[in-house]
Amino acid sequence: MYEYTDFDEAFVRERVAEFRGQVERRLDGSLTEDEFKPLRLMNGLYLQLHAYMLRIAVPYGTLNGRQMRQFAYIADRWDRGYGHFTTRQNIQFNWPKLQDVPDMLEALADVQMHAMQTSGNCIRNVTADHFSGAATDEIADPRPTAELLRQWSTDHPEFTWLGRKFKIAVTGSEHDRAVIKAHDIGLRLVQDDDGNPGYEVLVGGGLGRTPMLGKVVREFLPKEHLLPYVEAILQVYNLIGRRDNKYKARIKILVHETGIDEIRRLVESTFQENLARFNGVNQEVFDRIEASFAAPEFEPVYDVTPAVDAGLRSWIDTNVADHREPHYAIVTISLKGIGETPGDATSDQMRIMAALAEEFAHDELRISHEQNVILPHVPRRHLAEIYRRLKDAGLATANIGLVSDIIACPGMDYCALATARSIPVAQKISETFADIDRQRDIGPLKIKISGCINACGHHHVGHIGILGLDRAGVENYQITLGGDGTETASIGERAGPGFAYDEIVPAVERLIEAYLDHRSEDTETFLEVYRRMGPAPFKAALYPEAEARSNAA
Amino acid sequence: MAKRFKPQIATGNDLLDGDVVYFTQGLKWSRFIGDAWIATNEEAAEVLQKEASKFPNDIVGVYLTDVAIDDEGRARPDHFREDFRMRGPSNRPEHGRPVERA
Ligand code: SF4
Repeated sequence: MYEYTDFDEAFVRERVAEFRGQVERRLDGSLTEDEFKPLRLMNGLYLQLHAYMLRIAVPYGTLNGRQMRQFAYIADRWDRGYGHFTTRQNIQFNWPKLQDVPDMLEALADVQMHAMQTSGNCIRNVTADHFSGAATDEIADPRPTAELLRQWSTDHPEFTWLGRKFKIAVTGSEHDRAVIKAHDIGLRLVQDDDGNPGYEVLVGGGLGRTPMLGKVVREFLPKEHLLPYVEAILQVYNLIGRRDNKYKARIKILVHETGIDEIRRLVESTFQENLARFNGVNQEVFDRIEASFAAPEFEPVYDVTPAVDAGLRSWIDTNVADHREPHYAIVTISLKGIGETPGDATSDQMRIMAALAEEFAHDELRISHEQNVILPHVPRRHLAEIYRRLKDAGLATANIGLVSDIIACPGMDYCALATARSIPVAQKISETFADIDRQRDIGPLKIKISGCINACGHHHVGHIGILGLDRAGVENYQITLGGDGTETASIGERAGPGFAYDEIVPAVERLIEAYLDHRSEDTETFLEVYRRMGPAPFKAALYPEAEARSNAA
Repeated sequence: MAKRFKPQIATGNDLLDGDVVYFTQGLKWSRFIGDAWIATNEEAAEVLQKEASKFPNDIVGVYLTDVAIDDEGRARPDHFREDFRMRGPSNRPEHGRPVERA
C-alpha cells in the first residue's frame, strides 16, 4: 500500500493545525460563518439537516486494517458508533461536534488519512476499481495512476477553484466496475498493438441534472503523457467552461455544447505546449508510487476443497469472485443486510472487517462505489472461517449484485439538499425481497436510489433507477429504466409519472414481475430483457390503468 | 386581494453540534418547535427575521419557514422536510430527536 512520505505527512499535519486554528477563531467569533464555511468545506465538514457531517476520502477505495479500526475508534469516540460508506469511496460520519473535528482529523492523520478534496469545486477524491490488483481481467493496477493524480491535484493552485467539482475514475480492466463513463474524466488502462502501456481517455461524463456518458477524447495516450494530457483537459475546461450557471458548469456541458472534436483539438494543442514543461520527474514519481502498490506476497499454490455447507456455498456464489491467483478469492462483504441502511457499518462491524483483513487477507480492504467492503486478497482456504465470523457479525448477507444490493444516497434522512428520502425506500425494497432464494431467481439487478437531482445514488445508471422529488410538498418517486454503469453503459429512460412514497415499492415489485413474465430463459437478466423488448412491457406493468384505458380505446 | 399570510417561525442550526433550533419569543433558541415564536403577519415576520439574525456566532443558517398551528396554538411542521428536521433520521429511530419537552 501507498505510505505517506515525510512531505505528505507534514502537509496533512499542517492542514489539521491550520483547521484547528480556524475552528477556534470561529468559536470565539473572529471568523463569521460566511468566512468559515468555505474553510470547513475544504476540510470535508458539511452542515446537514440535523448535524455536521465529516466526509473522509478513502483514496481509490483502498485501506488497511489499522485505518478501518481508526474509523471505528472515531465513530465511538466522537460520533454515534457508526459510519456511512458512499458511492464516491468516502466514509461519512453524521454526528460530529464542531469543536471535536480537529481531533478527528488528527486521529485520521495518525493513520495517513484526511478529509481534503471531499468538497468544493476542486478535483475530488480519485476513485478506482475496487477489485484493483486482484481482478482476473486486469491489464494493470489502476491505483498508482489514481495516486499520481491525487498527488498532482492536491492543492494544485490552478485547479483549486474550478467552475465546478471535478471527478476522475480509473480502471485497469475491460469490465468497468468504476463507472468511468459517468465521470468528468474516465481513464482505462490499455495497451497499444505493441504492448506499450497507456490510457483510453474519456471526458464529459456525469450524472446529476443532465446525465451524460463520457466520450473518448483520446483512444491511446502513452502512459508517460498522463499528467500533461489531463492537465490540458483541466486547462481547457478552466478557460472556456461556463461559470455563469452552476447547472451548466460541469465539463459534460462544455463537451456537449462545444462538441467532442473541437474539445479534442483544443486539448491536443494545449497538451503539446504542456509536454515541454513536463521533464520526466512525473515518471520517476510514478515508478516510486507503482512500487508501493506491488502485490502482496501470495501463499504458495495448494488444492482448494469445495465448500459443503449450503449457506457458505450460497455466499460464495454471490459474494466471492475469482482472483487472478486461482487459489485466492475476492470477497465482497455486503453492507446491505436485509432492512438495513445501505452503506452503514457499526464500529463493531468495522473492527471485525479490520480483523479479518489483518488475520486472513494480507491486511487490505476496499470500499466499493456500490457501498460494500471488499477483501481483495483472500486465500480460499480461509473462506469458511471468514464466512462464519461475518455471519456472527450480521455481515454475511449473500446478496451481491442482487435486488437487495441497493445503492442509496443519504437522502432526506441526513442530506440538506435532498428533496425526498431514499434510505427507507431501499430498506422497504430489501425487506420485500428478503428471501435470498427469490433474489437469486430474479438474478442480477441493480437498483439505485437518489434523494435529489444531484444523483449521488447513481440512479441514472441503475437497471431500475429511483429519484426522490418534492411534488407540491409530498415525496414523489420517479423511475428510470435500463440504465447501466459498466462498459456497456447507458442512461436510464424515464418510465412516466412518479409514485407516492407508499406506492414506490409496489411499483418496483410490478416491474420485477413483468421481467419474470417476459424473460425467455432463467439466465436472461432484467437489463437484457429491457434491451430486447424496450420499455413497453415495463410501462404496462407500472401503469396498469393507462394500459387498460388504451386497450379500451 | 393580498395572499393569505401563512404563519412562520425562525429556525436554524446550532453552531456547536448542528442540531435544529427554533427561535422563541423570549429571544432565545430552543430545541423544541413547540416553543417557537410564531409570526402571523408580514410585519411580525420581518421583526422575527431581524431578531433571529442577531446570533451569528451561536446559530447558523437561520431562515423563516411556514408552519401549521396545532390545537394548543403551537407551531407544527408544514412540510415534510421540516418534519424530518424536527424528528431526526427516519431510518435510525434510535437517533431521533425528542419532539416534545420531556
Ligand atoms: S443525491 Fe441529493 S439527496 Fe442524495 S446525497 Fe446527493 S445531494 Fe443529497
